[in-house]
Amino acid sequence: MQTVLSVAIDALAYGMVLFVISIGLSITMGLMRVVNLAHGAFAMIGGYLASYAARDLGLGYAAALLIAVIGTIIIAIPLERFLYRRIYGAPELTQVLMTIGITFCIIGIANFVFGPTLKTIPLPETLRGATDVGFRTIATHRIFAIAIGAAIAVLLWCLVEKTSYGIRLRASVDNSAMAAALGVRTELVYAASFAIAVGLAALGGAVGAELLPVEPYYALRYMVTFLVVVSIGGSGSIGGALLASLLLGAIDTTGRYFAPEYGEFFFYLAVIVIVAVFPRGLAGRRA
Amino acid sequence: MTDVLGRDRPADFWSRLKESSLPGALAIFVVGIAGFFLLPDNLALLTRIIAIAFLVLSLDLVTGYCGVATLGHAALFGAGAYGAGIAAVHFGVTDPIAMTIVGGVSGAIAGLVCGSVILRAHGLPQLVLSIAVIHLFHEAANKASSWTGGSDGLSGIMPDPLLGLFEFDLWGKTAYLYGIGLLLVVFVFLRMIVHSPFGLMARGVREDHVRVAAMGVSVHSVLLRMYVLSGMVAGIGGALSAVATQVVGLDSLSFTLSAQALVMLVVGGTGSLYGALIGTVLFLFFEDVVSAANPFHWLAIVGALLIAVVLFAPRGLYGTAISIIRERRKKSAA
Repeated sequence: MQTVLSVAIDALAYGMVLFVISIGLSITMGLMRVVNLAHGAFAMIGGYLASYAARDLGLGYAAALLIAVIGTIIIAIPLERFLYRRIYGAPELTQVLMTIGITFCIIGIANFVFGPTLKTIPLPETLRGATDVGFRTIATHRIFAIAIGAAIAVLLWCLVEKTSYGIRLRASVDNSAMAAALGVRTELVYAASFAIAVGLAALGGAVGAELLPVEPYYALRYMVTFLVVVSIGGSGSIGGALLASLLLGAIDTTGRYFAPEYGEFFFYLAVIVIVAVFPRGLAGRRA
Repeated sequence: MTDVLGRDRPADFWSRLKESSLPGALAIFVVGIAGFFLLPDNLALLTRIIAIAFLVLSLDLVTGYCGVATLGHAALFGAGAYGAGIAAVHFGVTDPIAMTIVGGVSGAIAGLVCGSVILRAHGLPQLVLSIAVIHLFHEAANKASSWTGGSDGLSGIMPDPLLGLFEFDLWGKTAYLYGIGLLLVVFVFLRMIVHSPFGLMARGVREDHVRVAAMGVSVHSVLLRMYVLSGMVAGIGGALSAVATQVVGLDSLSFTLSAQALVMLVVGGTGSLYGALIGTVLFLFFEDVVSAANPFHWLAIVGALLIAVVLFAPRGLYGTAISIIRERRKKSAA
């Protein structure tokens, strides 16, 4: 029972981190139809910036997270302006190649600037240690990660369903040309959504550094996982991404606990089965 | 006689074959022999280039000719390598030509398996399926260590002399010349395939699969057949690498190798066998030079190169060169 509970908590925390990072990818994929393999690289940049701010500049944890999000958005904006805009609407192979090229470049540069070693983000006093939740104790950072994930899910849902920006966003997703004809400035909507997506990736990279350690190959190592989450959740769906993150987090964590010698065998087997059964994702809409 | 594309073509099979593949086969032969004499100390690298060239050619069949985007094509290469290696180590099949055939057959079977999984979806799910397949193969080979040697690699592959005459020597001369010979045969065979009605049908699927389906052709069956063919080619490459290096490692079943193969294909030019060959040679040659200095610099350079190719030469080096030459010819003719 104890093991089951601790596996469940770890799985939930891991799933929530996956959700925070992948939801951004899901937004760009659903809205701009770009297969953005560089999304993991943005999460990695967030992790590096947070680590730099917290360790080398001696700033607090909250300030480090803020710097990570804002800094990554500032780095990503010129990339969107000069590179991504050229591949909107291009064939998938072109998009894959361009974004994998961007990923390779970012890995090379990250290694040049920060070195090949693992970077940690020191946690503040309040997030270290364990919290007693009545029937057992849980590492406080896990609770923090789960809370962040839940908060992001609720906030995003409100943003998309309840605000006028959300209405414009959904209109642009459904029919970009018609939305533009009705006076929605789709370029602004695109830019804002790209910034939100990248910011969420950076936040997830910084918060999840305990679970997904930050090093130069981060961008390639977890890129596949994020893609899998989006593909299984169905692009552009918040609920689908949340469901897929929790499901895959559970499968991966359980596999690691109970059959570590099989590595990620069960994870990818599950992916193949799910994609074969739900080719449009768990919550995918018809194209 | 004119073909479907409206070009004049000789009717007789052999003269058609001669016309379509003689220049390429001649070029491979000349470059191969030149490499043998100019770089006698680097034959191991050159043999590796040839083995990977099979993988890139096979990827070209499904990606370039059929338009299926995959990041898991090394599964077919690795299947061939492990097939040949396991045949040699566990079943005593040590004749190099028999090993190559075993490799080709295992590659074709892997192609059938991968194809039937990957072709179930389109777009992003297809890409994700291909990634999942390569990881699944990788983990399976890692786990079945009594057969594959696991993470230590499968060693102890001792191929017999080629045709009973030529020993596989320390300098890799025999392995290299065997590789060149295999490449020539496979190249001519592939030229025949891509110019056959079946090859044109595959191109039709890439251009407009709805229309091909409306003509009464099963798109899925065309793609699956191409996948099996592609698996055979990649498997031969894997077997060549097993014969030449006498060891098969888990890296032959890796996502990295799949992604690299795609990069080579795109840099050279998709949808053309020459593009695949040129891309492989350039990529591996420069990788050998630059990554000896610093692997991360190499990664950044590959990234920049990819971005540049997508922006400025979307048809790859070979495709762009060809279209520039055609433009020139048009201008001088006008």
